Amino acid sequence: MDLIWQGLVRAFQLIIHGDPAMLRIAGLSLAVSISATLISLVLGITAGTAIGLTRFFGRRFLVSLINTGMGTPPVVVGLIVTILLWRSGPLGVLHLLYTPAAIVIAQCVISLPIITGFTMASVQQVDPKLRLQILALGASRMQLLWLLLRETRLPLLAAVMAGFGAVISEVGAAMMVGGNITGQTRVLTTAIVMETGKGDFALAIALGTILMALVYLVNLCLTIIQQRSRAR
Amino acid sequence: MNQDCMRAPCYVLEANGLSVTLGGQKVLEMPSLQVLPNEVLAVIGPNGSGKTTLLLSLALLLRPTTGTIFYRGEPVRNGSQLLRLRRQFAVVFQDSLLLSGTVWDNVTLGLRLRKVRGEEIIRRTQKWLDRFGIASLARRQAKTLSGGEAKRVSLARAFALQPEVLFLDEPFAALDGPTRQALTEDFDSVLRETKVTTVMVTHERNEALVLATRVAVIINGHIRDIGSPQEVFSNPADEEVASFVEAGNILHGVVTFQSDGLASVGIGAYQLDAVSDLTVGTHVAACLHFEDITLSVPSQQAPPSSARNHLTGKVAKIFPFGSQVRITVDCGLPLVALITRRSWEDLGLGMGQTVVCSFKASSIRLIPRR
Repeated sequence: MDLIWQGLVRAFQLIIHGDPAMLRIAGLSLAVSISATLISLVLGITAGTAIGLTRFFGRRFLVSLINTGMGTPPVVVGLIVTILLWRSGPLGVLHLLYTPAAIVIAQCVISLPIITGFTMASVQQVDPKLRLQILALGASRMQLLWLLLRETRLPLLAAVMAGFGAVISEVGAAMMVGGNITGQTRVLTTAIVMETGKGDFALAIALGTILMALVYLVNLCLTIIQQRSRAR
Repeated sequence: MNQDCMRAPCYVLEANGLSVTLGGQKVLEMPSLQVLPNEVLAVIGPNGSGKTTLLLSLALLLRPTTGTIFYRGEPVRNGSQLLRLRRQFAVVFQDSLLLSGTVWDNVTLGLRLRKVRGEEIIRRTQKWLDRFGIASLARRQAKTLSGGEAKRVSLARAFALQPEVLFLDEPFAALDGPTRQALTEDFDSVLRETKVTTVMVTHERNEALVLATRVAVIINGHIRDIGSPQEVFSNPADEEVASFVEAGNILHGVVTFQSDGLASVGIGAYQLDAVSDLTVGTHVAACLHFEDITLSVPSQQAPPSSARNHLTGKVAKIFPFGSQVRITVDCGLPLVALITRRSWEDLGLGMGQTVVCSFKASSIRLIPRR
C-alpha cells in the first residue's frame, strides 16, 4: 500500500511542480498521438466514406481486411514499420527510424483501420433514401458527401475517440520504432514500461496517472461535443 | 412557349423506350409516357408494380437500363446536365427524410445547395412555412417533430425550390387518417394555386381521384391505362385495371345473347342484361360498381325502377364505415353493395336476411377477357 501511496504523492508533486522532463514526455505523447489521429482521420474518413457508399469488385475482401486491421496487435505494426524504416529497408533512406515521425507513422497504421471501419459503418447506417433525398434536393456529389458526413457526425466522434484511445495507450510500436530515447522519442507509455522495469514504481505511477488524465480529458471534450450535438 | 412547342405538343417530361432492370429482373417497361405542362399525373398501381422506379427514373435519380428521358424536348445525358436538371425538380418521399438541424435549416437546404442567398432565401422560406402552417416551428429541431409536422416541413422544403416539376412518392401514406385528411386538403389548394407540374405515385385511389388531372395505372411495370380520373375509374381499360381501381364487383361470364346493343350474360346460374355490343360467346368480366346496386326486402313494396336485373340472396356480411355500409349478399355469387347508413337502418337489414339486389343493364360494364 505504501508503494502506491508514495507513487501518488510523487505524481502529485511532479504535476504540481511541472517537472520539465515529465512535461516533455507528456507533450510528446500528446503531439504524436494527436498527429497520428488527425492524419488517420483525413485518410480514414475519405476511405471509409468511399468504401461505405460504393459497390466494387473485391469490396468484401477489403472490408474484411479493414476489420482485421482494427484488431492488429501494435507490436506487429511496430515490427512491420521497423522493417520498412530499417537502414537497409525500403524506406531506410528517409532515416526516420527512432524519430517521433516513426512513431506517428506506426500509430497511423494502427488507427487508420479503426477510423476507416467506424466511418464505413456509420455512413452505411444512413438511410439510403436520405441519400436520394439529398440528391433530389439538388446536391452535387461533394455537397452530398458533406451532408452525409454531417448526418453521421455522432458515430464519427466515436471513431475519433476509438482511434485516439488506441494510439495514446499503445506501447509496443512506440517502443520498437521510437526506441524510447530520452528527450527525443520517450513517450508516456514507453516511459512507464521503463520505470516499472527499473523498479521506480513511484515515477511509473505518476506517469500512468498523467496518461489516464490525458485520455480522460480528451474523451471528456469529445463527449461534451457529442452530447451537445445530440441535444441539438 | 418556345418554337419547338409551337410545332409539336410540348411535354415537360417525356420517356421513350424506358426500361429498368434491377437484379436481373425487368421491373419497368414503358415504351412512351408524357408529362404535360401544369398537370397532376397520378401513377397508381399495386405494391411492387414499378411506380416508384418510374418516379425515380423521371426525377433523374435512377438511371434507366434503356431508353431516354427528355426534359422539355432536351434529351437527358449524364454529367453536369444531370445536376442542372435535378435542380429544376423537387421530390417528396413517403418518409419525410429531414436532416439534423432546425426546421428552418431543412426548408432552406435546397436553396442553400443552389447558392440562393440573402433576402430571397428568407422570403421564400417564410412564405412556405406560413403556407403549410409551420411558421411557429421554424426554430424547432427537425427530428423532434411529429409525422404530420415533418411531412409539412418536407413539403415546404420542396415548394420553396419553386420546382418546374414536383415529384411525390406516396407522400401521405405513412400518416394517420385525420392528419392525412388535413394535409391532403392543404396540399390540394397549394397545387391549384401554384399549378406546378406534378407526378405523384400512390396506391390510394382516393388521393388520385381528389388531386389528379390524369391517372396512369401501372401493373407489373407496364402502364395499362391512362386518362382522366373519370375515365380510368368509371371505364377501366381491362379487368386487371378494373380490379385495381376497385370498379366494384367483378363477375366472370359468357355473352349468351345479343340484340341491338343489349347483351345477356350467363354468370353462374344467372342471366344478366348488360348494355354492350359484344358478340355471343365472348368471355367477359362484368364490372358493377358497389353503389349501383339497390337493395330491397322482398316483403316490402320495392319502388318502381328501370332496373332489369334482380338477384335474390342472403346478407352474408355487414361492414359499416363512416356514413356508408358495405353489404355482401350471397346470391350464389357474392355481390357487394354500398348503401348509406340511413338506407341500411330503413331496410332493417340483418345477417342472413333475404334481400333483392337490383341494378340497371347500363350499370354493368363488360370487359372482354383474354
